[in-house]
Amino acid sequence: MTETIMQQTRHAIVNVLMALALVLAPAAAMAAGGGSLQASNASLSDTGSLQNGAKLFFNYCSGCHSLKLMRYSRIAEDLGLTEEQVMDNLNFTTAKFGEQVPPSMNPDDAKRWFGATPPDLTLMARAKGTDYIYTYLKTFYVDPTRPLGWNNTTFPNASMPNALWELQGIQTATFKAHESGDPVFDKFEVHQEGRLSPAEFDAAARDIANFLQYTAEPAGLKRKMVGVWVLAFLGLFTLLAWLLKQEYWKDVH
Amino acid sequence: MANALSRAVTGVQEWFNDRAPSFGPFYRKHMTEYYAPKNFNIWYIFGVLSMVVLVNQIVTGIFLTMHFKPSAAEAFASVEYIMRDVEWGWLIRYMHSTGASAFFVVVYIHMFRGVMYGSYKKPRELVWVLGMLIYLVLMAEAFLGYVLPWGQMSFWGAKVIISLFGAIPYIGGALTEWIMGDYLPSDATLNRFFALHVIALPLVLLLLVVLHIFALHEVGSNNPDGVEIKKGPKGNRWSDKAPADGVPFHPYFTVKDTFYTGCFLMICAFILFFEPTLGGWFLEHDNFVEANRLVTPEHIKPVWYYTPFYAMLRVVPDKLLGVLVMFGAIVVLFFLPWLDRGKVKSWRYRGTGFRAAIFVLGVCFVWLGKIGAGPGTDPVETVVGRILTALYFGFFIFLFVYTHFGFEKTKPVPERVTGHD
Repeated sequence: MTETIMQQTRHAIVNVLMALALVLAPAAAMAAGGGSLQASNASLSDTGSLQNGAKLFFNYCSGCHSLKLMRYSRIAEDLGLTEEQVMDNLNFTTAKFGEQVPPSMNPDDAKRWFGATPPDLTLMARAKGTDYIYTYLKTFYVDPTRPLGWNNTTFPNASMPNALWELQGIQTATFKAHESGDPVFDKFEVHQEGRLSPAEFDAAARDIANFLQYTAEPAGLKRKMVGVWVLAFLGLFTLLAWLLKQEYWKDVH
Repeated sequence: MANALSRAVTGVQEWFNDRAPSFGPFYRKHMTEYYAPKNFNIWYIFGVLSMVVLVNQIVTGIFLTMHFKPSAAEAFASVEYIMRDVEWGWLIRYMHSTGASAFFVVVYIHMFRGVMYGSYKKPRELVWVLGMLIYLVLMAEAFLGYVLPWGQMSFWGAKVIISLFGAIPYIGGALTEWIMGDYLPSDATLNRFFALHVIALPLVLLLLVVLHIFALHEVGSNNPDGVEIKKGPKGNRWSDKAPADGVPFHPYFTVKDTFYTGCFLMICAFILFFEPTLGGWFLEHDNFVEANRLVTPEHIKPVWYYTPFYAMLRVVPDKLLGVLVMFGAIVVLFFLPWLDRGKVKSWRYRGTGFRAAIFVLGVCFVWLGKIGAGPGTDPVETVVGRILTALYFGFFIFLFVYTHFGFEKTKPVPERVTGHD
């Protein structure tokens, strides 16, 4: 009973704060060119989404991208996984349980193969935002003019191929003529269907974005909860301070 | 029992009085017998709040130095180590980063309060000048601190700010190299900035804060009516020689300030726990990318508390002139007590022209801050920025002309303070 009330209160406070944050946070600062971003709706309180995001990340992303500030053991602890689950299903390197997620390939090889070293993704969600990652993962299309045959509307001429193509399928992009001379992006057309439906793929992209939101700030999992207690304490403290102040000041005229 | 206790207390007191007879009077002079005007309003809490933030910065800073590695190779990762592997390290780091911005919020309001109520006027010119020195050191301190996490904005921000010294004729180039210890911000730069940030400037800052408060306590606090309570009638409940409109700082203002400190900490906690980057204003997105001298960020901009001055630098077409305008905008504040010749202190009783002018000054400062935080590519915005810069300096020229040539039509100032809230 008290727990539900506490949870409700917590949610209410969190919601008000999120609304406030949305007003304060200039969305423009998050975007880095390349058209408008789609809302990822990533949520750190959704542990299932984080676990699925971890699974997808380690199966589809960690071949090229490291999480060099994130320890396997911490992922296990925070996402409610056992050491065995993590070491058997998420760790495909020689790294130990307590170590950080290393790059799977030699950075020099990576640079030769892709034209750019795949960046470390630990903090990417804090640098670019989850909406950016979500939209980026969804906007790959086939482009024969690119070295690897892939392009992306969110990050034009990215060196990265579509790592998730077997889930998403293959899409092509159509462009419209524009007065400025450069054609502008019009829409995607499905060329070959993937293993997941569009809705399922959206959820997969959101889960990856969500997992990277977590790796960017593991403290984000408990920060708000601690905050509610701190504010409750400060509220009480301030109330007492106010009563004390009233008591002292009542005879100052 | 009570007797034994009071005997013990008296005993300790006597022990100290025998050995350091000046401690007691010192405490009374600054606390229990420092009579502050009873009509302080909410604008008068920001001095105390800046002390609260100063203490926060020092305490959290000490804990950060226990884990931070001041080298270009390790700094970025060590900050993330604090955020992840150090117990409650994220809280300490957010307290320090939120505190840095909070410091400027309260200091800017504190300064604006001084302008509103004429707190810089005779006999408090020295208090104002010492306060301005604090502000100057604080800006340097915050800049040095911002370089330490060694993110992209740390590196490129440092490069831009240090290169301003390059605008100085003849010695500019050599000076920037001397500051950095290299041709670019590098390991040497980071290491020395760490030394300056954690030892040199905090010492100067603390000394200046002590002098600021001592100077204030010599002349006594101003108040929202701008009435000198020391010149008013004498005698209150605590002393017949003290000003009638004053109340002892302790306990009256200590309890009042405790309440307001609680309110202030709640606002800070809101930000710290629910939006610690404040949408990129307190911790910039680009600073979560490690410094890379080969990749220039899309927009290089300083943190919000410098952006009004940065905007002035950017809208002036010539670099040296821009630097002069930017530093001039700070230097001119030092001369405020002598530019304003008006005898009436508080805006409550000053002329309409003054009230309008400080409103314009506030708008200019905030709007310039917004322009300075933007990409600076809009030509219309550049023109607006120039107008705002002209208006900012115009405030000081107007104030001198307005008060020196007697254009100001003031209202009668009351004999005594007008009550308290």
